[in-house]
Amino acid sequence: MSIGHYLVLSGLLFSVGAAGVFLRRNLITLLLSVEIMLNAVNLAFVAFGRQLGTVDGQIITFFVMTVAAAEAAVGLALVIGLFRHRESLNPEAFTSLKW
Amino acid sequence: MGSDQLLFFGFAGVSVLGSLFVIGQRNPIYSVLALIVSFFGLSGLYVLLEAPFVAVVQIIIYAGAIMVLFLFVVMLLNVPREGESEWDKAHPNFRPWPMRIGAVLSVLMVTELVWALSRTPGMTIGVADERPGNSSVAELGRVLFTDYMFAFEVTSILILIAMVGAVTLAKKREH
Repeated sequence: MSIGHYLVLSGLLFSVGAAGVFLRRNLITLLLSVEIMLNAVNLAFVAFGRQLGTVDGQIITFFVMTVAAAEAAVGLALVIGLFRHRESLNPEAFTSLKW
Repeated sequence: MGSDQLLFFGFAGVSVLGSLFVIGQRNPIYSVLALIVSFFGLSGLYVLLEAPFVAVVQIIIYAGAIMVLFLFVVMLLNVPREGESEWDKAHPNFRPWPMRIGAVLSVLMVTELVWALSRTPGMTIGVADERPGNSSVAELGRVLFTDYMFAFEVTSILILIAMVGAVTLAKKREH
């Protein structure tokens, strides 16, 4: 398989994730779409690492996964806090700075 | 078509269809489960790229830990299906028009990416053509703990901060 195949697939997944952020009106699905985008980038990293014959691409992938885990933990804690206030997960419900 | 190509397109199909299912529906529980399916497809692609350790970590950490966290929050909050709470019905942005613009933007991005990649030289070189793969976990560990030592230590602080932050944010206020 050529590097182009993997990069097109990576771009496709990234666009699906971006479309999710644009289209969905639910904070949890938004976070899931961000995870899709992070994974698309991971795939590109590993493909380039394979082509260069080094392990650096795989190592960057671990760092991306760690950041994704941290982001998910903090993001979901925020979601819980916001849901307690409004009983809704629609991001449009949280447009005021203070309540 | 060789077995390599068959596997690539199979796993690619699973991951793309899984991702489309994630964004294509309103019940968050199904979204989380579809994303796990998509991660299994990606994990297969990592095996094809001779990165078995990343593939295993993808399953254990992503599908096993992060997605369980999502699932736990979805069930804890008893999340309403999208479009059913009062906020969703009242807001002007929930009309179809702004959503169509978002869809157009993402289709535009796919087109641009594919166009740019198709004009970049060297895209038809096979990933495994030029150099032998490096899939040894020992080498991975050696590079991680020598060349990337600083980044590794910073990551541990990041996780600590994220943990403290998550506990503080999700804690019930006294007042």
